[in-house]
Amino acid sequence: MTDVVMSPNIVFVVTIAALFTVGTYLVLERSLTRILLGIVLLGNGTNLLILVAGGAAGAPPLIGVQSDRPMSDPLPQALILTAIVITLGLTAFLLAMAYRSWQLHRHDEVQDDVEDRRIVRLAAIDERAFEDDDTESGGETLDEEAATTRDEMDEGLAFEDVHAEPVPDDPGRAARPSTTTTDGEEGR
Amino acid sequence: MTDWSWLVPLPVVLPLSGAGLTLALYRRPRVQRVVSLVTLTLVAVVAAALLVLADAGPVVVEIGDWAAPVGINLVADRLSALMLTVSSVVILCVLVYSLAQGREDGERFAPISIFHPTYLVLSAGVANAFLSGDLFNIYVGFEILLAASYVLITLSGTTERIRAGTIYVVVAILSSILFLVAIAGIYAATGTVNLAQLALRLPEIDPGVRLVLQSMLLLAFGIKAAVFPLSAWLPDSYPTAPAPVTAVFAGLLTKVGVYAIIRTQTLLFPGGQLDDVLMWVALATMLVGILGAVAQDDVKRLLSFTLVSHIGYMVFGVALGSQHGWTAAIYYVAHHITVQTALFLVVGLVERFGGTTSLDRLGGLAKMAPVLAVLFFVPAMNLGGIPPFSGFLGKVGLLEAGVELGTPLAYALVVGSVVTSLLTLYALIKAWNKAFWQTPPEPLPAHRVPLLMVVPTAALVVVSLALTVFAGPLYGYTERAAQTLSDRTYVQAVLPDGQRGEGESQRAADEDVEAGTAPQDGGEG
Repeated sequence: MTDVVMSPNIVFVVTIAALFTVGTYLVLERSLTRILLGIVLLGNGTNLLILVAGGAAGAPPLIGVQSDRPMSDPLPQALILTAIVITLGLTAFLLAMAYRSWQLHRHDEVQDDVEDRRIVRLAAIDERAFEDDDTESGGETLDEEAATTRDEMDEGLAFEDVHAEPVPDDPGRAARPSTTTTDGEEGR
Repeated sequence: MTDWSWLVPLPVVLPLSGAGLTLALYRRPRVQRVVSLVTLTLVAVVAAALLVLADAGPVVVEIGDWAAPVGINLVADRLSALMLTVSSVVILCVLVYSLAQGREDGERFAPISIFHPTYLVLSAGVANAFLSGDLFNIYVGFEILLAASYVLITLSGTTERIRAGTIYVVVAILSSILFLVAIAGIYAATGTVNLAQLALRLPEIDPGVRLVLQSMLLLAFGIKAAVFPLSAWLPDSYPTAPAPVTAVFAGLLTKVGVYAIIRTQTLLFPGGQLDDVLMWVALATMLVGILGAVAQDDVKRLLSFTLVSHIGYMVFGVALGSQHGWTAAIYYVAHHITVQTALFLVVGLVERFGGTTSLDRLGGLAKMAPVLAVLFFVPAMNLGGIPPFSGFLGKVGLLEAGVELGTPLAYALVVGSVVTSLLTLYALIKAWNKAFWQTPPEPLPAHRVPLLMVVPTAALVVVSLALTVFAGPLYGYTERAAQTLSDRTYVQAVLPDGQRGEGESQRAADEDVEAGTAPQDGGEG
């Protein structure tokens, strides 16, 4: 009897695996909307996982209801309800952020870390092994640069906006050596 | 003795009610300010009272009078009461600071109607995470404080904040999902999410499964606590928020993760299987973090990296797995919350005065603003671990505990922490030289710094000094807290007979037994 209760429903297990696989794939994307979808899938996969953790389904967990089957465990259902509400709230917030990002930049890509941009810049100054999309600098400061750097360059309008005036590489950088790239010499 | 246990839920209930009230009063910013100030002052008083009460033994409250493993319970033991007290003092100081900043800048600082409710919700979430005696309720506490932090970090939605906020939000949500998966696994393995009952049941399950569950929890908390290699999100996201928000995040949010690590490692997984892994992680966190700090030329980013680096010290203390290690780790957490927050607040003042936080543009502040110089210098030296400050005492405690363990890895960590300490000092001295002593490349604007912003900063610096002056009693308290962690009074207090708490359902069950109609088992597997 207990063996039957302990082995989880195979349909649930396969569904959870599928949700987690697709969710993980989507979270690795750069567009916030896709990440959002990935998070929704991951969240639902987790909810199912909690349901499975509660054991097999049984009679409604109400005292006074006569049934020959054992009651199902009510606690996971309470946990899932809480988790669903939280995921809902966060989904709404992420959607708002994606929309705000689109308002500001006409795209919703997660942008580069400033530290990443710094490394790119230093590497470009040091020695350029090969030409790459990333080796051009997009703006004055690291923040602006991070904001304008994108992976997907397929939407014509946004792309033209960002790169309307291509910044020449070395003169711009040589003119302001002291702001962000170096931090040793001129401070003393 | 009177029963004071009704105090325990107040640090959660008061700020949540305050948040509702401030939201309803969104048209009356003046009343909002009063409500937040009163609420958080009350919370600080309650937390201090709990600190005293918990010293006599854990104070347990069963919510709705449901007996422990069935209902949710809140527990204030020495560790959580201490965390709660330090954090509520810090939250209060930062609130005063932001009130002053809001008065100066108006809506430019933050939409006031949003700021106050969110800030109170954040405070409630932090308190809930500290007090909860139930793993799922800790998750809820985390979500409360994280949801509030998402709003605070993207306040007014500027380009830069959206950029940094996106990464922060996505990483935090993923860590929460990981935490939830771990909870599902734990529930499947043990059939409970109550911490005290887990402490009884987890030793009975398969060691392999236990190890998986432990690593999943550590992974989830490691992201929140910003432990290397899970720390990359922090230095980029924190500095973009408004100064008070950064300060409260840096002081508290990562420490909630550290608290969760301490709690689960000591209560649920006392065997110490992963201690060696944690030691390596702690070493890497210290060194990588501080090397990052040395490379920075912006004070805010520099401080964010030192924050990551010093999380390593706390993880080191936890990983030692001895009472001395835990004692030092808890003391270090208390010290670090106050000092790191104070430093970020001072940098906020510096930014206000000089208009920038770039070390290449700042200069001459020691002469122009001597008060700021003193306010920066004291916590900076404290963070660097110069005797006699509390940072030194905490580090000495950790080093002693490490030497006491005596394994080669422990010695490696002892050396690593000394090196990190020196590098911290180097990074902060560099910042001091550039911002306070060098001649500024071009004259600074020298804006007026409002007195009301200086006062809470100074208060926090004084608190951090008080941690030094009263280090004896405080260290005694953390020692007793570590003692509580290792002798498992916690389980005793929550489940006196090892089965159930003392709520309503227990009384009903007792009556049933007396009447001879005891139901056959609750139905749980």
